[in-house]
Amino acid sequence: MPYDSITAARRQDLRVLVGLAAGIILFPAVVLHIAPLRHYVDIMVFVGIFSLVTLGLTLLMGYAGQVSLGQAAFFGLGAYVSAILTGRFGWPAWPAVLAGMTLTGLVAFLVGVPSLKLKGHYLAMATLGFGVIVYVVFNEEVSLTGGPSGMADIPGIAVGPWQMDTPLKYYYFVWFFVLVALAFSLNIIHSRVGRALRSIHGSEVAANAMGVPTASYKTRIFVVSAVYASMAGSLYTHYMTFLSPSSFDLFWSIKFLMMVVVGGMTSIWGALLGTCLLTYLSNEWLHMFHDFDVLVYGFILLLIIMFLPKGLIGVVRRT
Amino acid sequence: MEHFAISGQVVQYAMTGLTVGSIYALVAIGFNIIYNVTEIINFAQGEFVMLGGLFMVFFATVVHITLPLAFFLTVVAVTVIGVMMERFAIFPAKNASVLTMIIITIACSILLKGAAMYGWGKDPFSLPPFTSRKPFILLGAAIFPQSLWVLGITLVIVFVLTCFFKRTRFGRAMIASADNREAALLMGIDVKAMVMVSFGLSAAIGAVAGIVITPISLMEYDRGALLGLKGFGAAVLGGLGHFYGAVVAGFAVGLIESFCAGFISSGYKDAAALLVLLLVLFLRPSGLFGSVEVMKMKEF
Repeated sequence: MPYDSITAARRQDLRVLVGLAAGIILFPAVVLHIAPLRHYVDIMVFVGIFSLVTLGLTLLMGYAGQVSLGQAAFFGLGAYVSAILTGRFGWPAWPAVLAGMTLTGLVAFLVGVPSLKLKGHYLAMATLGFGVIVYVVFNEEVSLTGGPSGMADIPGIAVGPWQMDTPLKYYYFVWFFVLVALAFSLNIIHSRVGRALRSIHGSEVAANAMGVPTASYKTRIFVVSAVYASMAGSLYTHYMTFLSPSSFDLFWSIKFLMMVVVGGMTSIWGALLGTCLLTYLSNEWLHMFHDFDVLVYGFILLLIIMFLPKGLIGVVRRT
Repeated sequence: MEHFAISGQVVQYAMTGLTVGSIYALVAIGFNIIYNVTEIINFAQGEFVMLGGLFMVFFATVVHITLPLAFFLTVVAVTVIGVMMERFAIFPAKNASVLTMIIITIACSILLKGAAMYGWGKDPFSLPPFTSRKPFILLGAAIFPQSLWVLGITLVIVFVLTCFFKRTRFGRAMIASADNREAALLMGIDVKAMVMVSFGLSAAIGAVAGIVITPISLMEYDRGALLGLKGFGAAVLGGLGHFYGAVVAGFAVGLIESFCAGFISSGYKDAAALLVLLLVLFLRPSGLFGSVEVMKMKEF
């Protein structure tokens, strides 16, 4: 790609980012004036939290071409470290968040070094297995995690003197981090590292031959994706103030993967679209189907993947 | 006496492990059949087991027909579902990447689970054992006749499948489509039909697994995911695509679980088998019987 078009792509991404920021600032102003849509701000908090996870997963899957079915475990590690340190040991929230991110990054490094030597289905199985093991630990270490019945009364989080205690405050709080993560991710994508990652996706052998240290890049992006998920987990904890292991099981890892694929994993914006659609579907729009909701959810997923194999972002790009 | 008691316990756990392991082996074989022809991991494989169990409950305890007939009708019903899944979801997306195909199978599994929840509700169902309920004592362990049914039927299926793939024209055609799609097409093999058959066959084997295990462990609509996970683990542990690898690994996963539950902690039994699996993968990246050379040639 010539130098000019790289900067052009970068400039376009920056324009989208600024547009998104404006949209995020204005969104509550619109929905809070429409009574039946008021709680959309609350749902958008979850969209933001899950977006942090799927942004990391897109970097890993869409750009570096490595599958992970264990993202819910990293999400859970961040959540539980925050919850345990603040709830049981009386730590202030921010050091706990950082401790969670550090610990999760370390775990991701230790798991990633041997796992990322695996390919395709074997890598999928290894990450899946890791995810289930962590989930079992959440369930079994009752003295720390509260076991299957979970942990309650986890303190909230404050920025300076301001307590983030309403959905609206938390909405701006979470989306601030999503925008920072987006800017950081865009920097990775449009840099030497991003090009190296895409070369691994294209052909690992060729990338190696061109002098790209593939093993090291794969591990680093795996750690980055885990740290994003951990951050998301901490934000989730302090918003919910209640945790149970069921939010971090195998199905959630699969859900994060589906968000990325439904949105279109070749683009970082796809992750946002997919997360937004699937979160609104399962948290809001499918409630009217009652017991049918799982059925309708599966059906919608099937239709999207079958007819839009490039994901939602494919439609946006075409128009 | 102490020594005797412990050996009885070991036999007991081993038997439990082999029984559950049979089911994992059957699920793993189901994964392998589809993987061999298409390179797809069918995440709905566990749902076939669940549907096998629930349809059997329907035919045997609601319709009240004889066991062999119920068995047959259940296998037919689940096979039809497997073939329909291929026709309506996999076949139309034939040009999609492997990852997209896998997501399609995940969507199908959600769909099947949702349908089963609607059809059977959320409660677990029981099924009477095929023969006597009374356990007999062997080497100090109480063994249920149904466990022998599970083991026996698994071995029969492995034997019949081996004959099918080695001896029959059709089986060999399936192997050929798996080895080299283009060459198989040039030899006049209808590869598309083989893909459909592979889904039907996997569904049928899943159904049998569900039928034989339901009298022991009950069955409910959301059991598929965990069974699929263990089966996938066994398939990977044995080396994807290897039938005997799948059987050995299935039994190994079952035994590790059962001994962990018996001697260490029942809560950690799901983690124990996966931990062993991870360690094996770190040492042998293509499973116990898989070949690294073959793996490098795979697209995904």
